[in-house]
Amino acid sequence: MKQFRDIYDQYSWDEVKTSILAKTSKDVEAALAATHRTLEDFKALISPAATPYVEEMAQLSHRITQKRFGKTIQLFAPMYLSNECNNICTYCGFSLDNKIKRKTLTAAEILQEINVIKQHGFNHILLVTGESNHTVHVDYFLKAIEIIKPHFANISIEVQPLTQDEYAQLQGAGIYSVLVYQETYHKEKYKDYHVKGKKSNFYYRLETPDRIGLSGMHKIGLAVLLGLEDWRTDSFFCALHLDYLQKTYWQTKYSVAFPRIRPAEGVDIANYHINDKELVQLLCAYRLLNEDVEISISTRETEIFRNNIMKLGTTTMSAGSKTNPGGYSVDEDSLEQFEISDERTPAEVAAVITANGYQPVWKDWDKIF
Amino acid sequence: MKQLTIANKLFQSRLFLGTGKFGSSLQMEEAVLASGSEMVTVALKRVDLETDTDLLLTHLQHPHINLLPNTSGVRTAKEAVLAAQLAREALETNWVKLEIHPDPKYLMPDAIETLKATEELAKLGFIVLPYIHADPVLCKRLEDAGTAAVMPLGSPIGSNKGLKTFDFLQIIIEQSNVPVIIDAGIGAPSDAALAMEMGADAVLVNTAIAIAGNPLQMAIAFKLAVEAGRMAFENRLGAKVKHAIASSPLTQFLHEMNQ
Repeated sequence: MKQFRDIYDQYSWDEVKTSILAKTSKDVEAALAATHRTLEDFKALISPAATPYVEEMAQLSHRITQKRFGKTIQLFAPMYLSNECNNICTYCGFSLDNKIKRKTLTAAEILQEINVIKQHGFNHILLVTGESNHTVHVDYFLKAIEIIKPHFANISIEVQPLTQDEYAQLQGAGIYSVLVYQETYHKEKYKDYHVKGKKSNFYYRLETPDRIGLSGMHKIGLAVLLGLEDWRTDSFFCALHLDYLQKTYWQTKYSVAFPRIRPAEGVDIANYHINDKELVQLLCAYRLLNEDVEISISTRETEIFRNNIMKLGTTTMSAGSKTNPGGYSVDEDSLEQFEISDERTPAEVAAVITANGYQPVWKDWDKIF
Repeated sequence: MKQLTIANKLFQSRLFLGTGKFGSSLQMEEAVLASGSEMVTVALKRVDLETDTDLLLTHLQHPHINLLPNTSGVRTAKEAVLAAQLAREALETNWVKLEIHPDPKYLMPDAIETLKATEELAKLGFIVLPYIHADPVLCKRLEDAGTAAVMPLGSPIGSNKGLKTFDFLQIIIEQSNVPVIIDAGIGAPSDAALAMEMGADAVLVNTAIAIAGNPLQMAIAFKLAVEAGRMAFENRLGAKVKHAIASSPLTQFLHEMNQ
């Protein structure tokens, strides 16, 4: 069977980039007027030519999103289980060469974190780890899920790429969705950023959503880490990936996120920075391309940006996040993956959602499914 | 207006409401009350069954409102039966809106799994209202399986596109021995009125009310449209004639021959 790798290999990064930059206002207007938008329309909508149309895109995106998702924002909390990692990734706090004491939560510590997260009202949780296959492997995940499952309606994971069988095991144990971000679709640059460890294998990561899809998982989350390469070209490849997956694994739901590298992470982002307006443009372009993809905004973004972006196409938000294992109660000072920007409590974020005329949704799944 | 009967239960209102997509639970409650609806669907996955104070349910506690739990989120008959059993236990009702849409993009119902689940649930004593495509043969098969009503779609869920399946809905209504409730895609009061004029027994509306500028006012608009459509149906709405009545009749000779 054809997989995404076969499609990916037919494209040239430079040609895609050139074709995006060649889009004109005429292309943008045609894309805005279309009833069914294509990947070529998406290129036009993320191109520099679409900059003057961001307000129009936002209006459309707002309406389409309300029609599909209603006036609701789904809330979830990340729970970091481990910051052990054998990869060297130049932009990540968990990178192996960052010589700081590592931590993996024990069963008792997981329970302690659960209690705090539950008190905030969360019913959807995202489990996150680094990549340390000797200690934080599928058996560890299965044990963690057993502890967590009775307390949450919906569990997602964002861990190292696994095999199809392992994903099937996790699905059977109660995992609803898997997030696996390609970081960048630029094959050569990928190797520069992912210097050492299993993650340095570009194609193994690229093929991961196929393995998740084959395992029968309910949802797959995609993203690029904005700031590693040209965001427009990278986002086209991500949209291409999404388009392929949605047609192939048609029973699966999809989500996209827009993590921007935080300047604090020690990477020179001057070349590939995406500014606020461009991020709005990108988010709206995804919505205009795909009316049903879930769009998630994390606490990497600032309060003001999050307050305003929730009406423009967003469907899901994290709140009160800690990005270090034990961060909610066990060990508040352990090594964190990245510094969050919106430090408000979940209740404060929920109050802003309500003030915007939206309903914060804490539960939209059930563990019996 | 005639009352609607489903599984020996009488309904004054022929408008059913969905409870998702509202900006707040209060807004939802106001719209439900204004609509006069006596039957509202609640997605089981949205309800927190572990607390007694679930926000959605507390806003639906009115004596005239019946809860119709739906199985949205399930992908197979097996999962649907499990969900229905949980709903029966938690919400103390044996009514269930059967929704099996394994396609998360357009939320198209799976006819095969739906038929299987209806058979199973009917045997278990459930009052089953399945969400289905506007497929006349499937409706008859569901009747055989013991369905209490059928809920064919007008167009995809949340699309507000109206009755794109009009011709097939007509066949379903003409043939059905169980109530026909048109569900999904009803985007405007005029769509609801049209559905009622053509003889549907009821309609289910959610998105069009929930995301309206003023959901309460829109709920009233739908209430009136459903009542108008039903009254027109019960009073034999005149057929539309596409051509003019001929001025020189073709059968005049019959009169002349008899003279």
